[in-house]
Amino acid sequence: MAKIKLKRSSPHVDMTPMVDLFSLLLTFFMLTTSFRPQEAKVIDSPSSVSEKASPDKNVITVLISKDNLVFFNMDNGKDTASHFRSKLVTEIAKRYNVSLTPKDLKTFEQASSFGMPINKIKAWLNEKDAKRKEEMQTGIPIDTIGTQLPELGEWVRFARILNQTAEVSIKGDAQSHYKTIKKVMDVMQENNVNKFNLVTYLQKQETTMEDVKNIK
Amino acid sequence: MAEIIENDSGAKKGGGRRSPRKMGAHIDMTPMVDLMCLLITFFMLTTAFSKPKVMDITMPERDTKDAPQNKVDAKRTYSILLTEDRVYWYYHADVPDGAPESTIPTVDKWHKTDFSKDGLRKVLLAKNKLIIEEILTLKDKVKKGELVMSDDSLNSKIRAIKKKYSVAKKTNTFLIKADENAIYKNLVSVIDEMAIANISGYAIVDLSKEEKEMLKTAPK
Repeated sequence: MAKIKLKRSSPHVDMTPMVDLFSLLLTFFMLTTSFRPQEAKVIDSPSSVSEKASPDKNVITVLISKDNLVFFNMDNGKDTASHFRSKLVTEIAKRYNVSLTPKDLKTFEQASSFGMPINKIKAWLNEKDAKRKEEMQTGIPIDTIGTQLPELGEWVRFARILNQTAEVSIKGDAQSHYKTIKKVMDVMQENNVNKFNLVTYLQKQETTMEDVKNIK
Repeated sequence: MAEIIENDSGAKKGGGRRSPRKMGAHIDMTPMVDLMCLLITFFMLTTAFSKPKVMDITMPERDTKDAPQNKVDAKRTYSILLTEDRVYWYYHADVPDGAPESTIPTVDKWHKTDFSKDGLRKVLLAKNKLIIEEILTLKDKVKKGELVMSDDSLNSKIRAIKKKYSVAKKTNTFLIKADENAIYKNLVSVIDEMAIANISGYAIVDLSKEEKEMLKTAPK
């Protein structure tokens, strides 16, 4: 039998171009991703056909969790030097006679959504244990108690004063109760926020001519 | 892989050991490539899916209690009621002749529906048929290339169609009313159905006392 002379080639494939490309892609993705800080609670938003993308800067977000707790979030705006978050918390703390140290403010600035009465905020900021921290989130008060306006209203009002270009988004869990959403919407309207975004995820639905023709 | 080569060379050279092969400048990059693949996949997946969408809601301005309320013609008004996970609708003019204007149709005139394709959507499409047909014809023309226009001008054209009908008083108004036990998801679904059916005349309003009572007796 004639021996077929196989060309002896080294099993090593030159991976340099591939590695080059990979590092490029990796760098690209790493730089473009912006990591969202962990939200206070996992929120499963309902679906809709809306294709409008949610803005990622200049937003005031009110989150409503599955167990009807209300959380608040506001970003620092396009320019981190504006320090909207620390200004906001200073203002609110002043109104409710809560004193915060510069260290507290710094921690607050880097945090994301939060949900607790203002008098608990200092303890929350100083808590190191993640589990305890989560337990402390009992929601922002949304009810009017006596003559005292709901705290959420104060947060929204000052946030809007500080960042006038901010849009207001409501991110509710699909299973949350309309009762809570309604209260949040009422608080918004009391503060003259009549236009807001409901955060949803996209689920396309098409209506065709046939669908319409078949109806009656 | 390396073993195959050794066998191969062994057969040829009759077991004679060669001086250790000169190592080229090749470094085994496999683990590095593996890791990079993994990282890229991770970043790609996390970037692509973390973009939530929003839908606009404009609520009527408060502090207009003294101002005259926008009166809507009962003949062109429908109410959609939400409680727990159920949804009902009724037609405001579905009352006996000569009844006062604010009369709410009795519960037996209410229709129970759902959020499937044949539920609320069918109802809404039927009530807004004229507009949808015109919009879909327009969209079809654009799709087939008979009409060339940008997305922006298409959208403004659609708005113009809606306006035309609303000025001609051929549109229906839908009032969305949810009670305290309703789930947020259903509210969003109703608003979404409005968007699907191209209805722009809708509002989220409170339930009246009578309606709240009637909702309790409505068939489950």
